[in-house]
Amino acid sequence: MCLAAPAKVISITDREAVVDYNGVRTTARLDTLAEPLAPGDYVLIHTGFAIRRLSPEDGEATLRLFDELANSLDLNDASSSENAEHSRAGNEQQPQTTSDS
Amino acid sequence: MGRPFELSDPARARQLADAITILAPPTSVKIVHVCGTHEMAITQSGLRRFLPSTVQVLEGPGCPVCVTSTADIDAAIQIAEAGAVVCTFGDMTRVPGTRLTLEGARSKGCDIRVVLSSADAVRIARETAQDVMFFAVGFETTAPMTAAVLLDDPPANLSVLVAHKKIPEAMAVLLDLPGTAIDGYLAPGHVSTIIGLDPYTRHLGRFAIPVVIGGFEPLDILYAIALILRQLHDGRGIVENGFPRAVAPEGNSAARTLIDAVFESTAVAWRGIGEIPDSGYRLREPFAQFDARARFDVRGEVGEEEIPGCRCADVLTARATPAECPLFGRRCTPLSPVGPCMVGSEGACSIWFRYGGRELP
Repeated sequence: MCLAAPAKVISITDREAVVDYNGVRTTARLDTLAEPLAPGDYVLIHTGFAIRRLSPEDGEATLRLFDELANSLDLNDASSSENAEHSRAGNEQQPQTTSDS
Repeated sequence: MGRPFELSDPARARQLADAITILAPPTSVKIVHVCGTHEMAITQSGLRRFLPSTVQVLEGPGCPVCVTSTADIDAAIQIAEAGAVVCTFGDMTRVPGTRLTLEGARSKGCDIRVVLSSADAVRIARETAQDVMFFAVGFETTAPMTAAVLLDDPPANLSVLVAHKKIPEAMAVLLDLPGTAIDGYLAPGHVSTIIGLDPYTRHLGRFAIPVVIGGFEPLDILYAIALILRQLHDGRGIVENGFPRAVAPEGNSAARTLIDAVFESTAVAWRGIGEIPDSGYRLREPFAQFDARARFDVRGEVGEEEIPGCRCADVLTARATPAECPLFGRRCTPLSPVGPCMVGSEGACSIWFRYGGRELP
């Protein structure tokens, strides 16, 4: 029910935007959105209403958060941990996927 | 990364799973989420197989369709029988009331329409002279859309049966119920997009357990679980935002302004839990003319029908897994559901049946 999906804003008229979900175009109401919007932006849409502007940079920032958490722990301990009842092949070195964290 | 905002990366999934393994305590922990979309992502992607056996993740009252009270469904049916066109979201039509479902009412000649948006109900109302009632279910994510159409010069033949609910209030009540033993909450991402962090702090702060807002990609969920375990590991219990790309700390002020303009808080009944103070909405006085209960003289009756053998109440309060219900997969399947958790496509039972949660403990 609380499903929401990101879509790209194509054009804006009054309180509605034409948006594109990976090729499918539809309209979304903007009266539930706090941020200003421009064509080319991405928005999160729930039951035909925009609820949050998204930026692709925030997606990249999310990946950095994941890496920061992983880097803050010594992952080499994973499979030797006494708590690891499901041992997965977690002891091999993971490739570092970002350079800035 | 393929399409923007779809995070799919096996190496990072492995890293996060390893982080969870390191952080998992030797004794078992129970993490509860309250969102059908979370359960769908967890079960569909097989995330539970990534978790140490000590880490249990269960869905609580996260399916708005499932927690809608029989009294509300009975009211919707009564309004349909009075001749109104009833518009609601798809799964709502199959949830049993005391006598029948909305689908059953349709088979007796009532006009029941499935809509994808509150705006669809308005469109239908503008195209007919008949009374059109929108049966408004959903949590804080969905309530602003009902408010938006009521603030947008709605047609006089439109009315709304308000059954929206507020999730932090229910999360707090769950912690006080006997036998729930919840160690941490994975809080719902899109509800949080609207409400921000403050309601969790207000309602859950006194319990001092980890409450981590999580997104819906499998990596988001692994990350949020890791943050919960890290808090437990460090002996902390705070509200933490694990989904900052979609959740601002203050939430969505425009959407909350709409909610506050149209609704005020009231006690409402949750199936499986009972009445929770301030956990629902009713229309403010200026919008009373759109109140379906008043227009059709519906008397709300409190009191829940117990379905013999059905453990939906335990599943909705995270006290049982679907597989622990004796009816699950036997007498109760998506084709012939007995309880609401098998009806709602976001109900834990329905999701476990469709995506193979069955074998799991």
